[in-house]
Amino acid sequence: MSTKNIEEKQYLLRFKCDTKSHLTILDHDVCMTQCPDKICTVFCPAEVYKWEGTRMQVGYEGCHECGSCRIGCPYQNIKWEYPKGGHGIVFRLA
Amino acid sequence: MSEKFDVIVVGAGPAGTSCALTCAKNGLNVLLIERGEYPGAKNVMGGVLYRKQMEELVPEFWKEAPLERPVIEQRFWMMDKESVVQFGYKGLEWAVEPYNNFTVLRAQFDQWFAKKAVEAGALLINETVVTECIVENGKVVGVRTDRPDGEVYADVVVLADGVNSLLSKQLGFHKEFRPDEVALTVMEVINLPKEKINDRFNLEDNQGCTIEIFGDSTKGNLGTAFVYTNKESLNIGVGTTLSSMIKAKIKPYELLDYLKTHPMVKPMIAGGESAEYLAHLIPEGGYRSVPKVAGNGVIVVGDAAQLVNAIHREGSNMAMSSGKMAAEAVVQAHSRGDFSESSLNSYREALNSSFIMKDLEKYKDAAHTFEKYPQYFNEYVPMMNKAMSKFFTVDGTPKREKQKQIMKSVTSERGTIRVLQDIYRAWKAVK
Repeated sequence: MSTKNIEEKQYLLRFKCDTKSHLTILDHDVCMTQCPDKICTVFCPAEVYKWEGTRMQVGYEGCHECGSCRIGCPYQNIKWEYPKGGHGIVFRLA
Repeated sequence: MSEKFDVIVVGAGPAGTSCALTCAKNGLNVLLIERGEYPGAKNVMGGVLYRKQMEELVPEFWKEAPLERPVIEQRFWMMDKESVVQFGYKGLEWAVEPYNNFTVLRAQFDQWFAKKAVEAGALLINETVVTECIVENGKVVGVRTDRPDGEVYADVVVLADGVNSLLSKQLGFHKEFRPDEVALTVMEVINLPKEKINDRFNLEDNQGCTIEIFGDSTKGNLGTAFVYTNKESLNIGVGTTLSSMIKAKIKPYELLDYLKTHPMVKPMIAGGESAEYLAHLIPEGGYRSVPKVAGNGVIVVGDAAQLVNAIHREGSNMAMSSGKMAAEAVVQAHSRGDFSESSLNSYREALNSSFIMKDLEKYKDAAHTFEKYPQYFNEYVPMMNKAMSKFFTVDGTPKREKQKQIMKSVTSERGTIRVLQDIYRAWKAVK
């Protein structure tokens, strides 16, 4: 009847991906050594952030551009910009 | 593109478009810059558009705008795990012109609205990011965009760049938000045949219903969920303050699925087909979070200025009104030939004397109170459910005895003094 997980939800969306990420982890060591919770991997509504043992993988292609990671990162360790004009998420309905 | 305009408006949402439209109607030379593929491509809203403020911009807009349904019923649910206490209002005076409010799908609505501004004479440029304001001698004189040779100049720049408003932060109008000043909200549009919507929500064609859901919809965290009826789809969403999500380690999409599979909600959306999933921040810091809104050659409107009344889920109307007031201030400034902060401050004065700042002031302590004292959501909602269950369960207990038992269970759970304190505190926060 409806979507079960985040992959299926993300699949509903249209993205016009740029080749360059608009999201940048400033220092992966901060994630590794100071941030046990890696809370961005929890609250990001598009599961953009995935911890890979030594570095944070950033799946910017699926970003909704909401801004939560920039505000919610406890170490202000995410540089957040808008994707290039016309790129990024394209909401078709609401 | 080193042209000069009277006004540059950054962002073609409800605030920016209202401002551009009003400026253009008054004969100003307006550039409206949108970073999305089209206006609405980046914009998300639960879905309620208010008639009053929109009508002031486009009279009788309901005759031509792409609207979903006029809202004739507003329900409020205090939901527990397997029960819900409901109240609401349904009135047919909202089913006829001039209506009260409407559900809308923003991607369509925003494109239509921006077209009205273009028809009035504004120049709309899509797919363009404004990277910074150009500041000369302490005055904003234009914007730099991500287009080649993308500098554009104007007497006034209006920042309608949404909740994140990187531009007003660059200007130092406000600091980065705290996680308790924004609500992270996720929603889905779920397609459902018109007949099913009409049956399930007890509606006729062209009648809509909104449901705001408190309590277990956010697992007791500070926030709300909603279900709004479109013509042939439902918008269902849930949001809490970002700080609550962080504290409770909530994955927002899991909270949305929790809501969708809740026994009180599931039958409403059964058989529906998910069509889109959307996430967005809502500025909910209220009165105390409103930044500086006017400077030399610059004005801030809508979400960028944090103009949202979270208690009454009003935002698009404040965006539109603020955009219109900004335009009026710009028109006055233009006639004076003075675009300094003191001249543009007439916008701040207009905001202050309008419903916008009056309402935000009224609820200035509400978000803070409910964040600091979570019992309203995680204790009182279940308590209300238990009380109603007890009161309406016919088991031979005399009613007076039942009332006594209910009062006793409330005061024994939280203590009489604490209950009184809670009531007083909540009253003070919303009075």
